[in-house]
Amino acid sequence: MNQQELLDFVRGTGLQIAAAVFVLGMVYRMLHLMLLGRKKNLAAPRGTEWGPGLRTMWHRSIPSVGLTSRGYFIVISGYIFHLGFLITLLFLSQHIDLFRSVFGFGWPALSPGLITITAILTIAAMIALLVHRYTDPVKRLISDYQDYLTWTLTFLPLLTGIMLKQGIALGYQQMLIVHIITLELLMIATPFTKLVHMFTTFSARWYNGAISGFKGIKV
Amino acid sequence: MATSLNRGVQSMIEQIDAPMATFFSACVHCGLCADACLFYTETQDPKYTPIHKLAPMRRVWQQEFTFWGKLMSKLGLSKPVTDAELAEWEPLVYDSCTLCGRCSLVCPVGNDIAYMVRKMREGMVASGHAPDGLKGATRRAIELGSPMGITIKTLQAHFKHAEQETGLVVPLDREGADYLLVLSSAEIANFSEIIPAVTRIFHQADVSWTMASDGFEATNSGIQIGSSDLAAELVNRIVKAAERLKVKYVISPECGHAYTALRWEGPNLIGRPYPFEVVHIIELLDQLRGEGRLRTTGMDDTRMTFHDPCQMVRRGGVINQPRNLLNMFAPNFVEMPDAGVQNWCCGGGGGVSANPRADELRLKVFSKKKSQLEAIDVTTVVTSCSNCRTMLEEGLEHNHMDLNVIGLTELIAQHLASPEKQ
Repeated sequence: MNQQELLDFVRGTGLQIAAAVFVLGMVYRMLHLMLLGRKKNLAAPRGTEWGPGLRTMWHRSIPSVGLTSRGYFIVISGYIFHLGFLITLLFLSQHIDLFRSVFGFGWPALSPGLITITAILTIAAMIALLVHRYTDPVKRLISDYQDYLTWTLTFLPLLTGIMLKQGIALGYQQMLIVHIITLELLMIATPFTKLVHMFTTFSARWYNGAISGFKGIKV
Repeated sequence: MATSLNRGVQSMIEQIDAPMATFFSACVHCGLCADACLFYTETQDPKYTPIHKLAPMRRVWQQEFTFWGKLMSKLGLSKPVTDAELAEWEPLVYDSCTLCGRCSLVCPVGNDIAYMVRKMREGMVASGHAPDGLKGATRRAIELGSPMGITIKTLQAHFKHAEQETGLVVPLDREGADYLLVLSSAEIANFSEIIPAVTRIFHQADVSWTMASDGFEATNSGIQIGSSDLAAELVNRIVKAAERLKVKYVISPECGHAYTALRWEGPNLIGRPYPFEVVHIIELLDQLRGEGRLRTTGMDDTRMTFHDPCQMVRRGGVINQPRNLLNMFAPNFVEMPDAGVQNWCCGGGGGVSANPRADELRLKVFSKKKSQLEAIDVTTVVTSCSNCRTMLEEGLEHNHMDLNVIGLTELIAQHLASPEKQ
């Protein structure tokens, strides 16, 4: 297999396999979690579950309880990293082109300069969070290998992406292959690691809001 | 011991439902819950991080409910939970968690960590790793009818005093009354003024009520230790008494966990809905106020504040009612910082106060309440949980702070309009 064939594979079949593992894996995980079920609550409700559950799904994105300086750091770095990652993924013209080639439609891209700044900020936030994970006594104690593994898997597509864009190391085609492989690794790992939180965060918030909502408490 | 450990692990597996598994899978180890827990903020010891208290149960979830965890277990590569580990975790799960639920309010992914700790305690009890203090309280509750060993004779002695003081009858076992009042051990033992207080208030408001000789104890040590079987037995005593007396309502007293046990967990513990409603005494008093049946007289100029009991407010939803009641006669009422659903725990909820091993830590973390109170410079702290009240009294004494602590029902009774002024 020459370089072009390898690129075609990772961009074609490879991406399809990764996407299938991601989609089927996530469907399996979410169904598995939901099917564990919960006992019917026999207490007399004071409020409802659905509305407060849905409210908490978005409301918990905004910290409502007073934060310490440590908390501010975690929340702000976390926001920069999550939003930056999404913006880079969804608004780089090449990513939109790839999407259009598969699904037949796309959306306007952001300027390459803006994407580069976003990616650098995202990388900086991720590094800051990694250092914090290792140096903050609380986070260091509660972290396990998965926290470092998933950090690496999330970091690599960003790093290889910016290296590709800036022409740092390897040839363009080689770097593109590496970049796509890192993304595929991330997709494959997601359903089986704590990266599953990209979905379960919302179901967890729903349960939290619903539990409180049942008792008539706004959280 | 092995059987006991197995029972504990099995119990943890049984406790893992959809919310629990979702919470474990959503946790990103951000550590924000630490800042919401007074055991961490006041000690800065990372082992008190709320989610860390669940570490052994998290491994049980991983090993039993996740693809990699199961695979690793099959290959013999995972670390099973051991007795030694659960023994090490016992002080984290019991001494340094009051189930106050402040962490559940903060978690950015929405994990209800207090819900999780409550479930983990089921496994801890089943494995034999619960504090001796709580075991003793639970045993007394099951065998004697009360964690503090209070009997109906003790209660009747208090009734006599109340009747002499008020000139009114304290109704016992009155069939067909609307309301059945239950009390907590701490109220009967330490704050028996509550009995004449409710007697006078209910007389003024013309409430048809009674107490029951076979179901007067509301404290539920089973909930605190985390044993659903024992908690169910304790709840059932009240349910049976309420059914025998054919009441329409049971009044949960000024005790946080009693409210959680009776109002929210009870029907699930006994496996059927109640044929009566449960109302918190503060909810009822506010309802009577709204109906014009509860009237106070005069104003109390004392600068006072209200300490929100976690189980009544953050976990129970009775939030505005105490404020409405205080507004009747306390013009100098002030809120402490973080009042309401975000209030900080007294440090003694969730069975911590029944666990002497935790006393030193509990008094240390009272520094949070101390700083909240110092910020508002009050002379009186009102609360509506007899356990919080005891914890506040001890904490204030420990810190040489000269503040009065009083229960809200009792305070209302002190300001009750006399019949001739009605």
